[in-house]
Amino acid sequence: MGYPQKIHPRETPVLSKHFGDAEALTLQGWRARGGYAALEQALGMEPAAITNVIKESGLRGRGGAGFPTGMKWSFMKPGDGKPHYLCCNADESEPGTFKDREIMRWTPHAVIEGCAIAAYAIAAETTYVYIRGEFTEPLREMTRAVKEAYAAGILGPNAMGSGKRIDVHVHKGAGAYICGEETALMNSLEGRRGNPRIKPPFPAVAGVFAQPTTINNVETLAAVPAILTNGAQWYKGLCLGSPKSTGTKLYSVCGNVRYPGNYEVTMGFSFKEFLYDLCGGAPEGRNFKAIIPGGASVPIMTVEEAEGAVMDYEGFVAAGSMLGSGGVICFDDQQNMVKQIARLARFFAHESCAQCTQCREGTAWMTKILERIRDGGGTPEDLDTLLDLAEQMTGKTICVLSDSCATPVISGIQKFRQEFEALIPPSRSRVSTAAVATAVA
Amino acid sequence: MTSPPLVNLTIEGRRVAVAPGTSILEAAKHAGVLIPHYCYHPALPVAGLCRMCLVEVEKMPKLAPSCATAVAEGQVVHVHSEKAREARQGVLEFLLINHPLDCPICDQSGECELQDYTFAEGRKDSRYQEPKRFNPVEDFGGDVVYVPNRCILCTRCVRFMDEVAQDPVLNVSERGDRAVIGKFEGADLTHAWASNVVDLCPVGALVSKDFLNKARAWELDRAASICPNCTQGCNVILETRDNVVVRMRPRPNEEVNRFFACDYGRLNYRWMNRRDRVELPYVRQNGQLVAAEWDRAVRAAAALLGQGRAFVLASPMLSNEALYLLSRLTRGNGGAGVFRVERGPEAPLPGVDDLALRAERAANVRGAELLGFEERQAPLEGVQSGDVLVVADEELAGADPAGLAAAAARAAAVIVVGTTLPPWARDAAGVVLPITNFAEEEGTFTNLRGRVQRFLQARAGPGVARPSWFVLSDLLGARGERTSYFLASEVFAAMAADRPEFAGLSYDSLGLKGAPANAGQLAEAAP
Repeated sequence: MGYPQKIHPRETPVLSKHFGDAEALTLQGWRARGGYAALEQALGMEPAAITNVIKESGLRGRGGAGFPTGMKWSFMKPGDGKPHYLCCNADESEPGTFKDREIMRWTPHAVIEGCAIAAYAIAAETTYVYIRGEFTEPLREMTRAVKEAYAAGILGPNAMGSGKRIDVHVHKGAGAYICGEETALMNSLEGRRGNPRIKPPFPAVAGVFAQPTTINNVETLAAVPAILTNGAQWYKGLCLGSPKSTGTKLYSVCGNVRYPGNYEVTMGFSFKEFLYDLCGGAPEGRNFKAIIPGGASVPIMTVEEAEGAVMDYEGFVAAGSMLGSGGVICFDDQQNMVKQIARLARFFAHESCAQCTQCREGTAWMTKILERIRDGGGTPEDLDTLLDLAEQMTGKTICVLSDSCATPVISGIQKFRQEFEALIPPSRSRVSTAAVATAVA
Repeated sequence: MTSPPLVNLTIEGRRVAVAPGTSILEAAKHAGVLIPHYCYHPALPVAGLCRMCLVEVEKMPKLAPSCATAVAEGQVVHVHSEKAREARQGVLEFLLINHPLDCPICDQSGECELQDYTFAEGRKDSRYQEPKRFNPVEDFGGDVVYVPNRCILCTRCVRFMDEVAQDPVLNVSERGDRAVIGKFEGADLTHAWASNVVDLCPVGALVSKDFLNKARAWELDRAASICPNCTQGCNVILETRDNVVVRMRPRPNEEVNRFFACDYGRLNYRWMNRRDRVELPYVRQNGQLVAAEWDRAVRAAAALLGQGRAFVLASPMLSNEALYLLSRLTRGNGGAGVFRVERGPEAPLPGVDDLALRAERAANVRGAELLGFEERQAPLEGVQSGDVLVVADEELAGADPAGLAAAAARAAAVIVVGTTLPPWARDAAGVVLPITNFAEEEGTFTNLRGRVQRFLQARAGPGVARPSWFVLSDLLGARGERTSYFLASEVFAAMAADRPEFAGLSYDSLGLKGAPANAGQLAEAAP
């Protein structure tokens, strides 16, 4: 069973190995568990060789998009005379996702080590760890660990005696979901309003302070030391499904499930076994109705779809959804999906940055319609309107927040249409027209 | 320097070649295709957020924002394809759900881009059943009122204040559909160029207090003109309703003012509607000024001019044409021409090179200098006994009237050629010839950089007042000179033939954007 429960024998704990182990929090404890050996090893390597190891390992971005990490690093061009930056995206805000929080709470040094290795590999002089504003405990642990690492000479002008300067700064966000979008994060970091930027230019060309920047998720960077220690082949071998998805993945499981928590399994694990064997299935006397496998932004799956899915980037897509951030939200048969989807939409409407028209107006409009249906005020044309709005909100905006709001609405109406229709009263106007017709006749 | 080869692309079936790096939206303008847009403005940084300008580009998976997408060789762009049109219709529907639809009482109605595009491509009905968002009207300071319910959050105003005025007063406050344009704590839209946000606003969200509820856009008559209120020479449109000037707005000219006009200039138009005007010619008879026929008044003025050397006090607000003809009055008789300039604080617009509200608060200071007039602090001190003082539309406001009257009394004769009769010249004036003001006639000004620019007539003059150039050529004719000018352009042509500074220019070559006065001559003439 995943943290906070005991580790389940079928898990593959790489990142979560030390969750709950208070000694791993300190530098001394982390070193005793093999910490910073990977950084020491890395500092003796050519930067390009490190990038090659990461490329070879098949590590992909764990924030949701799944972009190959080694390839991302190779976009940086050291020696172009510009300052270079590494950003660690710790603004974990996707509803249903709480894996980065645990990584930072229990193994802050793993994040710092991953950042330092990545910074060295891409020749970034400065690293910013952008932590979600509500994450008070992870912020405290990260700040403390960075201080420890500086005091021990691991970070600073002469990192581990290598003569290289590696600086890591922890920055606290102000609590906006959109600041998890990489370019919004950069604007926020610069002191601007956290609005996503138009791409191109991509961060590798013009990121933080308009300089070349690489941005990686906490989980991605935390996996780097282990890959370096154990080798690319070891990581690549952690694969039960598609060879394009390698390593382990942390899943945050919440909702109507017997054992909620964080679980780390090898890529390609069976979702059915995951849900029932590891997570214990639905609470006593109930059954799963729907599962969101990767945070609020991905399509909702019916329980049948979920049971047939393989847990990796390709597997979830084949089953009609996405791996996303690994935030597994379970709904059992006691739940009303209209209510649940309305709640998701309200979240996105609240968090829209208000730049793009479709998102600013569309997320709020959708929320109003969904809540009206939920409260019994729906009209028969509402579902068509919702689907039409969803179409207008997909693929037309600067970032994907708008699409993220449309996604659960589209999948929800497609897969649970009867629940919507059950809440929509028969058209009053049609009744009254019929009554008039009768009266006239 | 060789410029890089042009990029060839096809937009709506029309081939066009533009410089690399041009946006599809700008390239489409070259092809004569308007891609509807709100947040894009050529003078502002690209924001790419209204999503109105989405177009279909062949081989691109998604619709592309044409303002933020650079052209590429061989691109094929569809603006009016079904996909692009549906996306625009979607944006319009979203923009309208919370819009109050108060066009009947909105100042922007008739010149509103939301209205225009909705009529062109919007849905015919609304699917929105929920209550509309409401936010109260807010005074933004300066001349600007914000009506948030009409706002489409295009952020043109925010970007103007940030990047062009470089006085970051405005922001986007709140998120989602609660977002509004906000004003930073304690700040106001008091920047000298702040009113430009009213022009930049594509809808009725930012409106001018000065123009509020004054006229409907379709009731206005418009004339291309030049702002007369300083030496910058910003190109403007003078708008009149029922022969009254009600608004002055900038007219784009890349060489002078780009898209902008300052608050001082644009709001200083009421004098053009002055009612205390001279409407008839007058001649002094038995010590009294009495109304006279034009012919008699002009003959009387010509006779007075024969009494001595001409001392011309000219307004630097007069056109080149009028100043040129006045300069001819001083020729051959040892005469002199002087002017006075009122000054005020300068106010540059930091984001645009060489654009400022200039200290000299008159349009044609440079023109007057080029035509031989000299600036004097106390211009009438040079009047000698025996001089014939010609007061050309100059009231010398603010100067001591007794002193001015004494100087006028020193002259052998006084001729007033003006829109008004200054009180200090009333007793001394032998002849008064009424002329039309700047808004009532055609002419040219020369701005401080020597750019000669035309302005057109915007309203009708009062009584029997005639254009300044017309009256002055009659006067020169009565003095025996050849002056058969029937149009302002003919006076300009005569000036171009006579004065090297204006050589080679004509109304046709100036067009409505102007042209630099003869550069070589200007260099010599410069102090």
